[in-house]
Amino acid sequence: MNEMSKKPRTPDEVGVPDPKPFMHPLSIKNYGTWDYHDRPRTGVLRHVAKSGDELWTVRAGTQRQMDVYTIRKLCDIGDNFADGFVRFTTRSNIEFMVADEAKVAPLIEELTASGFPVGGTGASVSMISHTQGWLHCDIPGTDASGVVKGLMDMLHSEFIQEKMPNRVRITTSCCQINCGGQGDIAINVQYTKPPKINHDLVANVCERPAVVARCPVAAIRPAMVNGKPSLEIDEKKCICCGACYPPCPPMQINSAESTKIAIWVGGKHSNARSKPTFHKLVVANLPNNAPHWPEVNAIVLRIVKAYKKDAKHWERMGEWIERIGWSRFFEMTELAFTKHHIDTWTGARKTMNASAHVHF
Amino acid sequence: MKDGDQVKNPTPMLDQLEDGPWPSFVTGLKRLRDTEGAQYAPMMNDLLGQLNKSYETRTGYWKGGTLSVFGYGGGIIPRFSEVASEFPASKEFHTLRIMPPAGFHYTTDLLRKLCDIWEKHGSGLIAFHGQSGDIMFQGCTSENAQKAFDELNELGFDLGGAGPALRTAMSCVGHARCEQSCFDGAKAHRGIINKFLDEMHRPSLPYKFKFKFSGCGNDCVNAIHRADFAVIGTWRDDIKIDQEKVKEHIAEKGRKYTIDTVISMCPTRAISLNDDDTFDIDNKSCVRCMHCINVMTKALSPGDDRGASIMIGGKRSLKVGDLMGTMIKPFIKLETEEDFQELEDFAEACIEFFAENALEHERIGETIDRIGVPAFLEALDIDADPNMVNHPTTSSYVRTDDFDEESAKWFERKAAEKGLVVDA
Repeated sequence: MNEMSKKPRTPDEVGVPDPKPFMHPLSIKNYGTWDYHDRPRTGVLRHVAKSGDELWTVRAGTQRQMDVYTIRKLCDIGDNFADGFVRFTTRSNIEFMVADEAKVAPLIEELTASGFPVGGTGASVSMISHTQGWLHCDIPGTDASGVVKGLMDMLHSEFIQEKMPNRVRITTSCCQINCGGQGDIAINVQYTKPPKINHDLVANVCERPAVVARCPVAAIRPAMVNGKPSLEIDEKKCICCGACYPPCPPMQINSAESTKIAIWVGGKHSNARSKPTFHKLVVANLPNNAPHWPEVNAIVLRIVKAYKKDAKHWERMGEWIERIGWSRFFEMTELAFTKHHIDTWTGARKTMNASAHVHF
Repeated sequence: MKDGDQVKNPTPMLDQLEDGPWPSFVTGLKRLRDTEGAQYAPMMNDLLGQLNKSYETRTGYWKGGTLSVFGYGGGIIPRFSEVASEFPASKEFHTLRIMPPAGFHYTTDLLRKLCDIWEKHGSGLIAFHGQSGDIMFQGCTSENAQKAFDELNELGFDLGGAGPALRTAMSCVGHARCEQSCFDGAKAHRGIINKFLDEMHRPSLPYKFKFKFSGCGNDCVNAIHRADFAVIGTWRDDIKIDQEKVKEHIAEKGRKYTIDTVISMCPTRAISLNDDDTFDIDNKSCVRCMHCINVMTKALSPGDDRGASIMIGGKRSLKVGDLMGTMIKPFIKLETEEDFQELEDFAEACIEFFAENALEHERIGETIDRIGVPAFLEALDIDADPNMVNHPTTSSYVRTDDFDEESAKWFERKAAEKGLVVDA
C-alpha cells in the first residue's frame, strides 16, 4: 500500500461487469430459451425452460441500505439454503435462485425466521422505490429509509400476499425532483414557501447566472443586497420547487414549517393494457412528521384500501381511477379536490376534460 | 466502544424505527456502530447522531464538494457534514457509485468480497441499488476513497456515472430467467456503456444521459420514465398461441374470468374468443402491450421476430416536469452482432447530438421540446413514422410547401419495403 500511495494506480476501465460469472448455471444453460413461468405461491417464481429445466426463485424484502452483517446473513442463507446465486430486483428485493424445488420451503422458512419477508411478487405491494433522504442527500426535505420503514411495516401483510387487484408500486422522494420515480402511489416532499436567502453567502457560493437560468418560472434575478451581489426572488411568481437550492445552497428551501408532504397516484411504467402514465396529485400539505409520518401513512392506507376493495382484477391504480372517475376517487378516499389539483403547467389544458363526459 | 473514546450518541427518534416486521436500516446502522474495534464504528456512531438530529430538526446536514479518484473526474458523491463540530467522525461520508453486473446478478462469494472491501475502507453500509442502478458504497473518508476504489477495481468493478456525464445503466433479468425477454439486454447494456466509458469517467456532457434496457413492454427497469435512451423489447411477427393451453387456461379459470381479464382488457380489442375456447388474435391491431401474455404465460408468448423499440427523452422533474420517453425507433432488430452494432451506432449518434445541441443542464428530452421532434429526426436522419405519434398534428399552423417531396419519399420508402419483401 505504501508503494501505491506514492504513485497513484491507473484505473482499469473495465466498465459494466459481465454477469455470466455470477449467474445461476441454469440461467447460463437456458439463456434466452425460457418457455413460461408461474407463481406457485407469493414470493416464489417458477421459470420453466424449453429444455425442461426449472429454475425456482424466492423473493424477499430488504431495507436496501444494508450493513455488511445483513448482507452476510443473506449470503449465509444463500449458501446454506440456496445455490449461492442471488440477484436484486429494481425495487431492492433480493432473489435467491435454486434448481431444486425441495429447497424452496426451507429457504422461505429461514428467510422469514431471519426477518426478511418473503413476497413482493404479482398482485402485491412490493418494496418502495426510494431515495437517500437525510442519510446522504445534500438537498433532502425529509428522510427516505425511515419513511419507507414505516410504510412497509404498515403494508407488510400486502407484501407477503398477492391480494391486491394488480401490483402496487409505491415510490417516495425527498424533494420535488422526484428521484423516487413514478408510482401507483408516490409520497413526495412538496415545499410550500419560497427559499430563504442568506445574502452574505450568495456571491461566494453561487454562480448567479446559472441559478437564474435554473428557475423554471423566471422568478429569480440578480440584485445587490446590503451592498453585496446577491439574488432576489419574485415571491408571487415562485412555485417553491426548490430547483435553485442545489446550485445555490444559501437559497434554503427546507424548513420545519415549509417542507410538507404530498401524495400522488396513478403512475405506471408498464405498457400492459394502458400506456405508461405519470402520477397525479391527490393531497398536499401533510406534515413532515418524523419518525413515523402517521398522517401520510393514514392516507396511503386509505388509498390502498379503496383500490383493493373496488378495482377489478388486473386494473392498476391509475386504470381503476380512469374507470370510476376522479369524482368517485375523491369521494371514496374522503379527500378534498381543490383548485390546486387543476394543472397550470406546460400543456395544462390537455389535462382538462374537453367533453360532456361527467361522472355523478 | 471499549476504549471509551467516544460516547454513544443518543438516537431517541431513530430508536423508534427498530420495531415492526420490515427489516430495519437503523438496527443495521447500530450493528456497525457497535462493532468493537472496527475502524468504521466511530464514524457510524456520529452518522447516527447526525441522522437523529435531522429527524429532530427536520433538516439535512450534508453538502457536496469535489472528490474523485486518480484518472477519473466523476463517480463519487462527496458529502461533507455541516455539523461536523458535533459529529466529527462522520465529517466526510462519501458514496462510491459502482456499476453492478448487468441484470444485478451476484454470487454470495462476490457479495462477501464487496463487504470485506467496504468493511476495511468504508462504513460497512452498502445500498443495492441506487435509482440509476449503481451499487452505492455509502460512507467513506476522502483519504479512503482511492483505496476502496483500487480494491474494487482490482476485483473487476468500475465507478459509475455522476454529474454531467453518461450515467450507470440498468437492465432487467432478461434472457437469464425470463421468457418474455425479446433481446439480450445484458449484451446491449454492456455494449453501449462499455463503448462510451470515457463519457462516464470524464464528465463533459451538457448534463446527465441515461440508458435503460427492458426486455419487453412490462418495462421492469422503468426505462420509459427514467432513461434519456430507453430500449424496450418487442417483436414484429405474430404473437405465439398454444391453443390447447388457451383451452386449459379457460377450463381452469373460467370463461367469464378470461373475458373479463384478457379479452376485455386488450387495449386494441385485438383478441376474440372462439366458441371452442380458442383465441383469434388480430396481430395487425396488437400493440405488443404484454397484458394477455402476462395473464396467460403458458398459452401466449412474444413472436420470433424480436428486437426493441427505442424511446428518447424520459426524465424526472428537474426542471420542466417529468417527461416520458417518445417513440423514435419503433423497431430495431437485435439478434446478430451487426444488429447490436447498429444499436450502438444509434446510441453514439444520440450522445453526439446531445453533446453538440443541448444547453447546459438540459436533458435531451428538453432539447427535443425546445427544437421540435422534426428537427431532432432530421439531425439524426430518421424517417418520420406514424408509430411516433398518438395522432397527426391538429394545428393548421404548419408550413407544408415541400409536402409533395416529403410524400414522394414516403411512397418510395414504402415501395422499397414492399420490393424487399417480394424479392425475398
